[in-house]
Amino acid sequence: MGRKLLTENINVPGIQSLDVYRKQGGYEGLKKALGMSPDAIVEEVKKSGLRGRGGAGFPTGMKWSFLAKPDGVPRHLVCNADESEPGTFKDRYMMERIPHLLIEGMAIGSFALGANTSYIYIRGELLYVFHILQKAIDEAYAAGLLGKNIMGSGFDFDLHVHCGAGAYICGEETALIESLEGKRGNPRIKPPFPAIQGLWQRPTVVNNVESIMAVVPIVKMGGDEYAKIGVGKSTGTKLISACGHINKPGVYEIELGVPVEEFIYSDEYCGGIRNGKDLKAVVAGGSSVPVLPKDLILKLANGEPRLMSYESLSEGGFATGTMLGSGGFIVMDEDTSIVKNLYTFTRFYHHESCGQCSPCREGTGWMEKILHKILDGHGTLADVDLLWEIQSKIEGKTICPLGDAAAWPVASAIRHFRSEFEEYVKNPSSIKKDNHYYRLNNISPEVA
Amino acid sequence: MNNENKLKFSDEALALSQRMIKRYPEGKQKSALIPLLHVAQAEFGGWLSSDAMDYVASLLNITPIEVYEVASFYSMFNLKPVGKCVIEVCHTGPCWLLGSDDIVKYIEKKLSIKAGQTTADGMFTLKTVECLASCGTAPMMQIGETYHENLTLDKVDNIIHECRATVVEPVSHWSKKEIK
Repeated sequence: MGRKLLTENINVPGIQSLDVYRKQGGYEGLKKALGMSPDAIVEEVKKSGLRGRGGAGFPTGMKWSFLAKPDGVPRHLVCNADESEPGTFKDRYMMERIPHLLIEGMAIGSFALGANTSYIYIRGELLYVFHILQKAIDEAYAAGLLGKNIMGSGFDFDLHVHCGAGAYICGEETALIESLEGKRGNPRIKPPFPAIQGLWQRPTVVNNVESIMAVVPIVKMGGDEYAKIGVGKSTGTKLISACGHINKPGVYEIELGVPVEEFIYSDEYCGGIRNGKDLKAVVAGGSSVPVLPKDLILKLANGEPRLMSYESLSEGGFATGTMLGSGGFIVMDEDTSIVKNLYTFTRFYHHESCGQCSPCREGTGWMEKILHKILDGHGTLADVDLLWEIQSKIEGKTICPLGDAAAWPVASAIRHFRSEFEEYVKNPSSIKKDNHYYRLNNISPEVA
Repeated sequence: MNNENKLKFSDEALALSQRMIKRYPEGKQKSALIPLLHVAQAEFGGWLSSDAMDYVASLLNITPIEVYEVASFYSMFNLKPVGKCVIEVCHTGPCWLLGSDDIVKYIEKKLSIKAGQTTADGMFTLKTVECLASCGTAPMMQIGETYHENLTLDKVDNIIHECRATVVEPVSHWSKKEIK
């Protein structure tokens, strides 16, 4: 059993409430932090090696240390709770079950950064979680954990929860800031980075829910202790949301460095592939990261086991590797059509493109149409080459990473499963589109 | 310009709006736009008419175009009337892997509408939506604020039956009960 730092108490009855959370040691981290200097907290986070848990993996302590601190200008910490990357549902799981952990992390982070007002930006669809957070915030205010002079420290801190309205792009930090200012979620050109000019042009740090929660155990145990967990530069624990054709979908907190094979097949985690099927492919870190076939996800090119860590998953570059990303772990069995799965991803990116940059706005639409054409049985070999061409013209040519995120799934599907595309265009009767009806019980034949 | 505007929030919704605006610094009240549009959608029958958007603009002291460009960007805002129950079925990869296409087809057949349409009695609108962060409990759909997860066709039957029996006010994400 790996160590649990974030989910240790998640099954304690009533942990949603402040009383139970405090009985389990809740807000002890904040108490400790308020007795430290803000710079010392940033130093502990640096020492911990914590890397952004939203997907990019940028060192959190370093991000904090970049924050500009001009005199007389308010600063803000904004929590990115706009979780929308397909395959990812860890933040929702945590906020719903243990909301005070996020509030405690926000208070510690805001104290460390000198932010007196901070915001949690939650995706609009998660209205019920918005209510859970609001209730927890109200409890924290009533107990003096938020508001004026929190815990008698002299630090004034207001925390608000803000809801979005359905836009994947708002998970990109500058789009999120635009959205929080009441505008369309169009990413900004960087620089300036939010650390210099963010929310309302003020210095701002935007962190993922899991990153902010991780600050609580880091402060409690110290950065050095935290860094002992994990492997190499992949320190600490990571929440992995596992889904698809596995026996036990759900959110698992792992010590970074668990072998991928163990994660998929052991009963502690995914419990193997459903219905005794064989594994075909895995998207290891949310829909944006390259899909890998069974042999490459389980083992490195040199035959060594691949591990659940930032370095091991990206070992081999995009030729044979992928990324840890957000930890959205999507497993596909031997019956899965890679082309159809890719079509749903590409449709997603087309739908979610903000439209600012032509390569992304037009390219995602083109790719969706070509994939639709192939699945409709009218594709040609030239279409497969055209798909490759288009994705290569999107990658790296847009303001924000959504373009890359749309290109990588297409590139990797063609790179590793080109034969399936070719089979579909040469022999349309081989096309599998809706082969999963048997997974639903009680389905009537005319529907299937 | 809003002199002839007949729309107005209830007292409760106005009070909620004022509380929301106060969450942002002086002069940054535009930040409350998205929350207020949710309130407006709940207040005005589940969708945003141009009158409704103009009214929100007047509450925030911003121009109507600033509201239109935001309302048209975000997928949760309905710019046309919708049914009392908006059924939103996720159809992105992880849900597709576990049969979301069949859920959509089944509901289309059951309600005799296609995705994107509203039933003749104005009761249901069916939408396909992109990932709702519920991949571990796929397939799933959302009605109002409720996530219906691990769907089977039996479950879908029960949910639709229950909506028919119980829903009176429109439930499009934020509903009247959010405004207390």
